[in-house]
Amino acid sequence: MRVRRLAAWTALPLAVTLGLAACGSGGGSGTGQSDPDAAVRIEIAEPQHLVPTNTNETSGSQVLAALFSPLVDYDEANKPYEVAAESVSSSDNKVWTVKLKDGYTFHNGEKVTADNYLDAWNYGAYAPNGQNSSYFFEKIAGYADLQGDKPEAERMSGLKKVDDLTFTVTLTEPYSEFRSMLGYTAFYPLPKAAFSGPGVLKEGYEQAPVGQGPFRMKGSWQHDAKVEVERYDAFPGEQPKVGGVEFRIYQQPTAAYADVLSDNLDVIKTIPTENLSTAGTDLGDRFQQSPASSLQVLAFPTFQKEFGNPEVRKAISMAIDRDEITRSIFKDSQQPARSFVSPVVAGYRENTIGAAGEFDPAKAKATYEAAGGPKKIELSYNGDGGHKDWIDATCNQLKANLGVECVGTAEPKFADLLTKVKAKQPVGLFRMGWVMDYPSMENYLGPLYSTNGSSNYYGYSNPEFDRLLAEGAKAPNEEAAVKKYQAAEDLLAKDMPVIPLRYGQNNFGHSTKVKNVQMDLFDRVDLLKIEAVS
Amino acid sequence: MFRFVLRRLLQMVLAFFGTTLIVYALMFAGQGDPIQALAGERPVTPAQRAYLTEKFHLDRTGVGGFFYRYLDYLKNLLQGDLGQSLTGRSIGDILAAAWPVTVKLALIAMAVTILFGVTAGVLAGIRRAGLFDNATLVLTLLVLGIPTIVLAPLAQYLLGVRWPLFPPTAGADPDLFALLLPGIVLGSLSLATALRLTRTSVAENLRADYVRTARSKGLLRRRIIGVHVLRNSLIPVITFLGVELGNLMSGAIITEGVFNIPGVGFNLFRGIRTEDGPLVVGIVSVLVVVYLVANLVVDVLYAVLDPRIRYE
Repeated sequence: MRVRRLAAWTALPLAVTLGLAACGSGGGSGTGQSDPDAAVRIEIAEPQHLVPTNTNETSGSQVLAALFSPLVDYDEANKPYEVAAESVSSSDNKVWTVKLKDGYTFHNGEKVTADNYLDAWNYGAYAPNGQNSSYFFEKIAGYADLQGDKPEAERMSGLKKVDDLTFTVTLTEPYSEFRSMLGYTAFYPLPKAAFSGPGVLKEGYEQAPVGQGPFRMKGSWQHDAKVEVERYDAFPGEQPKVGGVEFRIYQQPTAAYADVLSDNLDVIKTIPTENLSTAGTDLGDRFQQSPASSLQVLAFPTFQKEFGNPEVRKAISMAIDRDEITRSIFKDSQQPARSFVSPVVAGYRENTIGAAGEFDPAKAKATYEAAGGPKKIELSYNGDGGHKDWIDATCNQLKANLGVECVGTAEPKFADLLTKVKAKQPVGLFRMGWVMDYPSMENYLGPLYSTNGSSNYYGYSNPEFDRLLAEGAKAPNEEAAVKKYQAAEDLLAKDMPVIPLRYGQNNFGHSTKVKNVQMDLFDRVDLLKIEAVS
Repeated sequence: MFRFVLRRLLQMVLAFFGTTLIVYALMFAGQGDPIQALAGERPVTPAQRAYLTEKFHLDRTGVGGFFYRYLDYLKNLLQGDLGQSLTGRSIGDILAAAWPVTVKLALIAMAVTILFGVTAGVLAGIRRAGLFDNATLVLTLLVLGIPTIVLAPLAQYLLGVRWPLFPPTAGADPDLFALLLPGIVLGSLSLATALRLTRTSVAENLRADYVRTARSKGLLRRRIIGVHVLRNSLIPVITFLGVELGNLMSGAIITEGVFNIPGVGFNLFRGIRTEDGPLVVGIVSVLVVVYLVANLVVDVLYAVLDPRIRYE
């Protein structure tokens, strides 16, 4: 700690001069022309998998975003628009027709047809393949027949080919946001060459995935080292402005940060917390921030008697000074949250939790005592994620403002914490984080708070809420759906099953050799916008 | 001598299986939910869970389950198959990619230790209580007092970013030059220890009877120190260096992380974090072999250095 401070002081004069120099030359992007054939170097972690239906972490999906072109992408207002699809339409939100644009080819020369989508999706949904993202297909009719040890079917009945460039998707229930879902990694197509037999993925496909996107693989995936891609000239869509990308694999963000400072790396996607206080001076306006989809909350075990009363839960929320913690612990690398959905989705409203989000120690204490809150509060978290500081700060605030005892308890890993919570062992309040799967309000509500939600660990169950979600899914259009979801969110504000604390932010930086670095909603660098500066 | 080496090699086989058993048992006992650990904070779908559970026999718990899985592991090991990590990569491939770079790094650190540590130790021992001796004592104290977790980032920042003499990170396939800075950082701790060991040992031997005899016979000072004293003084140093070789390979977790070298230390850390039993056992097994071989070499070197030590 002391040494780092020392380093920071020594860095200061240097950084200031750098910063000034950068300001002098028009914002660090240099006066150089952009070079359309240069390759840029972007930091990632080792991906777990590079098969679209098996990739559910940022590093893997960053690489796949270079190799594949999605059916839809999202505009400035986070609304979907077609990319590889000509149109995605439905009259009843239950039977969807997907028309593909003509002219797309895979990097091995195969023409992209409807079959490529159906094969890939069926492969992903088929349970014995053990794909991480198989649950994305659960809304499609026939998904249930592909589950279990010995599934009854190998292909979903809801997927039908109409002609080479058209197929229909029948859902089990109407779902108004299906078009939004299609922008996710799991919905990419796979070429015929990826399969060694019907429904059998070729061994080693993920070492050098063949896609239909703006870049193709250069060599194969070099584990723990790098993945290189180069521009695919036959790509019919919007061409990238760089000749290629080297995704360099880092074990620790601090190492990547040192490389960006010395121009050995072009983009770092997440600046480590310990460097945030100096990033502004180190990088000048090459340090950027943009909203990310993650949401940090403290969740209540609502099945426990002492936390069963919503008034107690609101009082605890009121006793937490979000702004102070965001400023002092996170150095503004995150934003205070006072809603249950993230600002990155359509339908977000500020401050939906109302009074519970206003820091008011006196009122909090009065409410807490009137509602008979417990004398001792425990906050459980996973010790491997750097949460100790904010948990302790939160505890101190609760001690001071509610006059209760408060301890932070670290479990070694999040898995250990979940095991305890699932077994309904008393762990007190526990921290949770949520990153969206696709930009839709529903994704922030359904999995987390509906009675059978896949990540509902708090025992929260509200029939009214479930009904509103179901109505939202059946709504005739997105506007109507959002209305229902907002009503559902208002119910959460009444019940407070969790306390929203902070929204994540992308804190990213780049070298002097690139410009137009932007991050998308999935915490990925936008590869069609980035330019290399010669 | 030959019989001694053969006996030691046979003991190694036993030691090797013993350690795999112990490490496997420890990983098995500490195993919580490796599937969730792999997914981090994301929910794991039942299908995914069922798939991985079946593939890695994770449903076999308790003592019976342990022996089932351990024997399964051994059976594959004897066929030269180290198994797969939870992400489906072959552990053999992981090790093959990780070892070369770690060996390079450890050898550089070793070279730095021998070159600077032992030389400076001899000099300090000869001129005991002189200026050089006191200066090195203070310096080594300083180095021993700074943990690697501070030294490594500081060296990276000062020599990599601030005054770019070295590349700040080495990466997966580095040249010798890029490995120099991490090698020096890694070796600095053993350098300090080796220096002090050598110094004490040399200073002690200079007072020995045989040195006085040699001197009174009128032998050259160069020969006394270079042959008589050094041979006797190096025995504790060689012992230390032998053990240190294994330490350098397994203990590079922090250094490898800071300089982004995907070597053995990093993989060991990853294996422990994701509760990947087979990966940890695979790495530790190789490390055990390194330790055993280093120990054997050290024992044989004793005999070379000191004729009084001869093995039956």
